[in-house]
Amino acid sequence: MAILVFVEIADGIVKKSSLEAVSYGAELASNTSGPVTALVLGSVSEDKLEAVGKSGAEKILLVEDERLNQPLVSAYATAIAQAFEKSDSKTLILAKSALSDIVAAKVAVKTGAGIVTNVSSLPDLSNGFHVQRSIYTGKAFENVSVKSEKKVLGIRKNVVQIKEDGSSSVIEKLAVDFSDKDFTTNIEKTEKAEGDILLTEAEIVVSGGRGLKGPENWGMIEELAKELGAATGCSKPVSDMEWRPHHEHVGQTGVKVSPNLYIAIGISGAIQHLAGVNSSKVLVAINKDPDAPFFKAADYGIVGDAFEVVPKLTEAVKALKN
Amino acid sequence: MSIKILVCITHVPDTTSKISFTDSDTKFDKNGVQYIIGPYDDYALARAVEIKESGGASITVLNVGLAETEPTIRKALAIGADEAIRVNAEPVDSFFVATQIAEVAKEGNYDMILMGRESIDFNSGVVHGMVGEMLGLPSFSPVMKLELNGEEVSMTREIEGGKDHLKAKLPIVAGCQEPIAEWRIPNMRGIMTARTKPLNVKEPVSVEQHVKTEKFELPPPKGQCKLVDPEHPEELIKLLQNEAKVL
Repeated sequence: MAILVFVEIADGIVKKSSLEAVSYGAELASNTSGPVTALVLGSVSEDKLEAVGKSGAEKILLVEDERLNQPLVSAYATAIAQAFEKSDSKTLILAKSALSDIVAAKVAVKTGAGIVTNVSSLPDLSNGFHVQRSIYTGKAFENVSVKSEKKVLGIRKNVVQIKEDGSSSVIEKLAVDFSDKDFTTNIEKTEKAEGDILLTEAEIVVSGGRGLKGPENWGMIEELAKELGAATGCSKPVSDMEWRPHHEHVGQTGVKVSPNLYIAIGISGAIQHLAGVNSSKVLVAINKDPDAPFFKAADYGIVGDAFEVVPKLTEAVKALKN
Repeated sequence: MSIKILVCITHVPDTTSKISFTDSDTKFDKNGVQYIIGPYDDYALARAVEIKESGGASITVLNVGLAETEPTIRKALAIGADEAIRVNAEPVDSFFVATQIAEVAKEGNYDMILMGRESIDFNSGVVHGMVGEMLGLPSFSPVMKLELNGEEVSMTREIEGGKDHLKAKLPIVAGCQEPIAEWRIPNMRGIMTARTKPLNVKEPVSVEQHVKTEKFELPPPKGQCKLVDPEHPEELIKLLQNEAKVL
């Protein structure tokens, strides 16, 4: 059973979540003895693709087309659907991202595949094809069976570890027949925070809430994040008041994260915020209100003034690194 | 120019609902649960109403659901939709719902099909993409700004770590999120007029179901939160390193 994995490139580099998807494919392949092929779209230098082989892909299909350096949903769907058919794969795996859900949806319709997104487990193949997905914004799980021959799986972060013992993969160019309709959208401008760790890709996230009193106090959040190699996030009121940009808003109606460690500073822990973080491995709350609901969800907590506690934490991390 | 907008809404448990299951964990327990318009769908609806107020538009609201969803549909009419369609079926999966929406859309000749970026019950985030594919229309998500200029639509789409600004020609499908518009609360006049606005019920087309729910599960309960002395925050770092092993 051949497996195809869509590998997303961001700023010329393979996304870590995509390497997880490749390793997920490799784990699945170890039970089904099918080759794992990775699909890469756009112009990317071949040395950047080494990690794709290490994480478990035997082959890389490369669609070299500069137009694909921009995230064009229709063109991506066309390319992925054609690679899915041509590689004769039965399962397509994508790492969850802002782009991949909508692209996966179109591919599923084009190819007649059954689709499951937010997948939180490896498939159980003992009796058909069963897989678990996260629902109700992380408050529950659903076990589903996929009946169709072709399957599309959108996987969540942290379902498998990235493999590093794979061999190098063979790179093969793939030609795709696009139609004019695939390029009708005109992306005029992209605004992106350069050099920052992406919230959805981060192993550690440090988030701040209203307890920080104003955007001018974000320096200490950023310093702690920098020492930890973490991405920064915020609560909804903070992005509503424009203290922080909207793409940092973590919660029910914002970004959902599932890092190894989530540190919430001055965030009370409204249920809508917790919905965006509840699949994190370890939750830490720092709040001066001992009754803050976040302490009910957290694994570790400090009841104290963030302005005193956070700089000390940053020092402790520095000391640890030395 | 007056345009035709189809707004697709979900009927979902309030964000504060406690989630539990019945019938040996095969059914969602609706007992005591408050239902609302999906928060993302509510943004889509609010933007449609703004467009209607500023330039003229007719808004049809669509829900795939059983009769129990009608109060939620009436609320959307009260907020400003002109008419409603309910496809009379349990929304069993994304592909089923997308197929029903595409069927309705084929008959209505809509310029824009708006919905939330995802439902907050099953969170799949794929219905807008499927509908676009089924109808041969471009689809965009998550859209946080949408402006009309004749036939041209300018949108801001959230991407990881930022946003991009794009342009497309009508007709389009869009999955919406904040801050595309401010949520609307129905006023008394809206509630009164909603009662007499048309709500048509359609029977579903049949769809082969590829994905079936077998069982629901709740995450394991959380243990106690371990508190660290605020005078010694370095203890926390030690615990994260040695006990939780995440540093």
